[in-house]
Amino acid sequence: MSKRKDIKSILIIGAGPIIIGQACEFDYSGAQACKALKEEGYRVILVNSNPATIMTDPLLADATYVEPIHWQSVEKIIEKEKPDAILPTMGGQTALNTALSLDKEGVLEKHGVILIGANREAIDKAEDRQLFDETMNGIGIETPNSGIAHSMEDALEVQERIGFPCIIRPSFTMGGTGGGIAYNIDEFKGICEKGLELSPTSELLIDESLIGWKEFEMEVVRDCEDNCIIVCSIENLDPMGVHTGDSITIAPAQTLTDKEYQVMRNASFKILREIGVDTGGSNVQFAINPVNGKMVVIEMNPRVSRSSALASKATGFPIAKVAALLSVGFTLDELKNDITGGLTPASFEPSIDYIVTKIPKFAFEKFPQANTRLTTQMKSVGEVMAIGSNFQESLQKALCSMEEDLNGLNPVVENLPESLDKIQYELTFPGPQRLFYVADAIRSGWSLEKIYNLTKIDYWFLDQIYEIISIEKNLQNTSLNQLNKNELIHLKEKGFSDSRIAEMIGSTENEFRQVRKDLGVIPVFRRVDTCAAEFATTTCYMYSTYGDICESKPSSNKKIIVLGSGPNRIGQGIEFDYCCVHASLAMQEEGFESIMVNCNPETVSTDYDVSNRLYFEPITSEKILDIIDNESPEGVIIQFGGQTPLKLADILSEKGIKIFGTDVDAIDKSEDRERFQELIIKLGLTQPSNATVKNIEEALHKADEIGFPIVVRPSYVLGGRAMQLVHNTKELKKYLTEAVEVSNSKPILLDSYLTDAIEIDVDVVSDGTNIEIGGILQHIEQAGIHSGDSACSLPPYSLSKEIQDELSTQSILIAKELNIIGLMNVQFAVKDNEIYIIEVNPRASRTVPFISKAIGRSLVKIASKAMIGKSLIDQRFNSKLPDDLFFVKEAVMPFDKFPLVDPILGPEMKSTGEVMGIGATFGEAYAKAQKGANKVLPRSGSIFVSVKDSDKKYLDQLVPLIVSNGFSMIATSGTAEYIQKLNYPVKRINKVMEGRPHTVDSLLNNEIDIVINTTEGAQSIEDSAAIRQTALRNKIFCTTTMFGALAVMEALKSQESDWTYSTLQEINK
Amino acid sequence: MPFHSILVLEDGSIFHGEGFGEEKVDVGEIVFNTSMTGYQEIITDPSYKKQIITFTHPHIGNTGINAEDHESNEIHASGLVVKEFCTKPSNWRSQKTLEEFLIEQNVMAISGINTRQLTQIIREKGSMACCIGSSRLVSEAEALQKAKSFSGLEGLDLAKEVSSAESYKWNQGVWPEHKESSNKNGPIVAYDFGIKTNILRLLSDYAGEVHVVNAKTSFDEVMELSPRGIFLSNGPGDPEPCTYAIENIKKFLDIKIPIFGICLGHQLLALAGGAKTHKMKFGHHGANHPVQDIKTKEVMITSQNHGFAVDVESLPDNIRVSHISLFDQSLQGIEFRDTPAFSFQGHPEASPGPQEIQILFSKFKSMVDAYVKT
Repeated sequence: MSKRKDIKSILIIGAGPIIIGQACEFDYSGAQACKALKEEGYRVILVNSNPATIMTDPLLADATYVEPIHWQSVEKIIEKEKPDAILPTMGGQTALNTALSLDKEGVLEKHGVILIGANREAIDKAEDRQLFDETMNGIGIETPNSGIAHSMEDALEVQERIGFPCIIRPSFTMGGTGGGIAYNIDEFKGICEKGLELSPTSELLIDESLIGWKEFEMEVVRDCEDNCIIVCSIENLDPMGVHTGDSITIAPAQTLTDKEYQVMRNASFKILREIGVDTGGSNVQFAINPVNGKMVVIEMNPRVSRSSALASKATGFPIAKVAALLSVGFTLDELKNDITGGLTPASFEPSIDYIVTKIPKFAFEKFPQANTRLTTQMKSVGEVMAIGSNFQESLQKALCSMEEDLNGLNPVVENLPESLDKIQYELTFPGPQRLFYVADAIRSGWSLEKIYNLTKIDYWFLDQIYEIISIEKNLQNTSLNQLNKNELIHLKEKGFSDSRIAEMIGSTENEFRQVRKDLGVIPVFRRVDTCAAEFATTTCYMYSTYGDICESKPSSNKKIIVLGSGPNRIGQGIEFDYCCVHASLAMQEEGFESIMVNCNPETVSTDYDVSNRLYFEPITSEKILDIIDNESPEGVIIQFGGQTPLKLADILSEKGIKIFGTDVDAIDKSEDRERFQELIIKLGLTQPSNATVKNIEEALHKADEIGFPIVVRPSYVLGGRAMQLVHNTKELKKYLTEAVEVSNSKPILLDSYLTDAIEIDVDVVSDGTNIEIGGILQHIEQAGIHSGDSACSLPPYSLSKEIQDELSTQSILIAKELNIIGLMNVQFAVKDNEIYIIEVNPRASRTVPFISKAIGRSLVKIASKAMIGKSLIDQRFNSKLPDDLFFVKEAVMPFDKFPLVDPILGPEMKSTGEVMGIGATFGEAYAKAQKGANKVLPRSGSIFVSVKDSDKKYLDQLVPLIVSNGFSMIATSGTAEYIQKLNYPVKRINKVMEGRPHTVDSLLNNEIDIVINTTEGAQSIEDSAAIRQTALRNKIFCTTTMFGALAVMEALKSQESDWTYSTLQEINK
Repeated sequence: MPFHSILVLEDGSIFHGEGFGEEKVDVGEIVFNTSMTGYQEIITDPSYKKQIITFTHPHIGNTGINAEDHESNEIHASGLVVKEFCTKPSNWRSQKTLEEFLIEQNVMAISGINTRQLTQIIREKGSMACCIGSSRLVSEAEALQKAKSFSGLEGLDLAKEVSSAESYKWNQGVWPEHKESSNKNGPIVAYDFGIKTNILRLLSDYAGEVHVVNAKTSFDEVMELSPRGIFLSNGPGDPEPCTYAIENIKKFLDIKIPIFGICLGHQLLALAGGAKTHKMKFGHHGANHPVQDIKTKEVMITSQNHGFAVDVESLPDNIRVSHISLFDQSLQGIEFRDTPAFSFQGHPEASPGPQEIQILFSKFKSMVDAYVKT
């Protein structure tokens, strides 16, 4: 079959906000699908609530809806657009679930829309555990043994069938409470007894334990003629027990013989056929018993996934693009493999002659209460990938890509003899740093057998790590002048970074680099070609390694390097990848050859056809300088990749490399406290009173001068890392002694906290002469809540014109003073009509994509072009919002993944993603944003109100709104009294401390529909945490700020039936 | 312990590396294989006779050597070229290390070679002669001389060298069950031109007991075994000098007994049918080659290992093309219109590689069954 002619228009469903387990890989897949289908002449309609994506760029689809991904909203879009088909396999679980709901609700049938790429039956078979097991057993493929028990007799029966060890999980308890692994009958009975009691349904799920089994993944593509190929096999270094998203993984698989590999390959095809995946990419996960080779299938995803993105980047085979084309009827033999310039068809299996390593990145430092042990629930927030000529090189490159101050397998334990228990613990119960503890165990002389027995990490990997440590040991007795060229080549071939070697031999990175270069030990660049060099390729997708022949063939064109943003983390996510992609595109539009460097496999920027040339490399000084040596570009753009490339500013300018845009000194001026203060004073502006302190005594003294409450944080941090609000001396002392380290080299910043101030973000673009305001965003939550976690509104919804004008004036003043060329972001606080400057970032901010989507112009492209000398006037840039529309950004939090964490907003950023709501009123836009963020706003019922004393004054405004929106009120004593004084009816309820029945009981009994809970002070926060946590678990809408509560009241005024749906193309006509 | 070694190509390219296995000097035709799994099967494949195999996959030796995965009783390749040689294998089936096996078989491997670069040279210049050896035993100049004096494979009948002298019976099926087959209506007679074990296992599973005979066994001797079908195996070298085989095959074609050929067997069948063969630039050596069935349009990923190919243009009218390579459109399979004979250039028995084209064995079984009925 060839391309379908019966389909003219296709609706693609995106993945929505970035959450743990669903990151920007779906921007990559969705963007590829949009491009491919549009190129084939289909009308592409897209819905995605996430404005920070490339796929929602108006040029990628014909009709782009930034709207909630919810079947009701999608139905409205279907009514309006009348698509012939829906492609639900590009937007992760979100898109699949939405498609299922559309089917279940009869929307597909009603509007005559078909699903392509997957069908309901296939999705059900893959997703429903029991159905999946039955289907697999039907084709003779084993799944892990499991059973359900409602009594001890049942449980014993199941156990007998399954054997030991087995995993017991009580149903419907949060975060696996009451579950465990039983190795013997006594343990088993004990856990079951407790589990039956804890489970509200007295139900236990009992699974065969596969902990310690080897784990593999196969990335499969199938076309409508039943041609199947494996794009890539992936082996997990971390065996079963750790979610594959949290595991270090390697491609291709290393420890299987061909016989075993083919069994897995055949099984993968059989599974796809039996599940009934019509066309497209799927992922199948297997576990293998390392003792006897027994294989079971763990799960399969009938859609492109995080692993497909990894497999695409690892091999150069564009799975999402191919899957999109297969979904409209193409067959694999009809499609060409782009990377070999069409020399080979898409119907082949990539062969790779290098090793790819992926390492996940965690954010536990953001969630001190969270359980850091890795389990079957994914906890990582991002990942890096590295390519090397062997495993050791790829592993060490990946480690350097992590941006965790690592330059290799750095030791994590000190005082070795005492730390042996710690090592034993970390090896037995894997946490985010297990690999480093493995290395330390080897350093401590543990045998590989011992390490294997604790970790079950395959000996092959352990041997490789052992060799790295042995080489390091030898290095420690060497000095720089003792190393000869061959030894250096050997070290570099094993992937040791310059800085790691320098560290081991007592030299500096800079000095070592010079010696290395003098000896002629310089890297070569090889191309990712999908075919292990069997065919020539012209595609410029490259990685560095050490060898004789460099395949990069740099051109003599005018070129610019754009440095990417590295792994996703909280505080630096997809927004920055969006920015880097736009910078690259802008450079191409201006006739430059654009060169991208990045190491995040989930991104659009690492798609080999986005930039003219792509280097998949760590963003470290060594690798960037190597690439610059190789390419000799006009210069480098570092403004768009967040903090990652900015960190290299100094070293790049020291080496005389041109950095386009704002001078490096401006970064220092805005980040150095004293210089910044000078600037503010010089311009006659105001900032909250503040101080930089270097010891506890000084801190206490300055705090008295400033006055409490005070915002405290370490200097030079991103995303409000370790930032806290302290209300008194005691809390300050506690912070300084427990939370952070304070010293001369690690000063702490104190800022007066502006109570109840409105926070504002202003993004500015400048060509050095003309300065334009990109947008003024008013935060919903008050100053003090991290800007990344606040909802915000464009245009401001309650700021006077005078204030807005003044904000613009001040922003322009600062931009002028810093001589900004490119983008700048200023954060302001407004209190009692006074404007305070909180901070200035002379670079692209998180809000840039959001504003760009609203104004219909890419601020990044404007800024990039300004950086190479094209004035704003030449670019005809003026920022104009569409009339009569509000754009609201809402942050999306990962609290549901960390059940022990208090879901309260504060000065430290915790959100992973964002959504945009567009509406004719602020209320509509805010309500849509809530829906997009998957927060269900009930339309009637009762609202629980419990607010801190300083917030009570807002009740005057809030309470009448609650009543007029038709809600009743339940409140704790102090709040209830206040409401009664206002003459409104309220039911009083006990605080948790006041005895039962209390608030948590009411929450559990579904007596509360919305929670409004504000609190301050460590003790009160701790006391009320149970309320917020219970609300979260039971999906009860909860707001922890008064401004948030007031916005909710606005949202409730807007009825869903009145919502309007317009495309970005219509809005910005 | 590894020993310093060199690899020298006839074009003068020199590589330095570490030797593993038997410390020696050897020459052969340098080829590359892009398969990411199955080094054990590859090195024991008799088709690699007089060839030195470059593995493009960087880590070789990871899963050791086990008794079940041999494709013949010995290593036929003249040497191995790898990037990273693994001396500590990890796999539940591993019984010895690759290094131990090399020593047992008096074969050497050279490690630490920039295999990608070597592959590019072969891709650009075509396959050529190569010498590998321990630096203690051979100088660069001597190695170059040895490489230059290697005669090449063209015109070389290697099949008779690797063919089993004695005939034997085979009734064991594929891994892991290794089911035993029986002989109901006479055996399948398999000509051994360098036959791979997995072919025998598949023939046994699909068509019943196999009687393996030496490459030079005559038509009459074979007919005395009352065969139900004739199988022509894979093997090394140039098909054209194997005139004895070609003559025999012509006779089998005449009596219209089912014939199935693989690789060299395919080329011999084509030659017997009147077609011509030629030496390819660097051949097909990998496990990811897409092949299309001309009739059904079905695409199958196949294992390939051949340096010679059949000319499409030379096919007489009674032979149709059944399969082509989607990599280079070269001929991959033929089928006779007038007699139940067919053959495939790639390796349906895989080992290593994808197994989807194993259906050819079932096709052979159907032919054999039909033949027995008549």
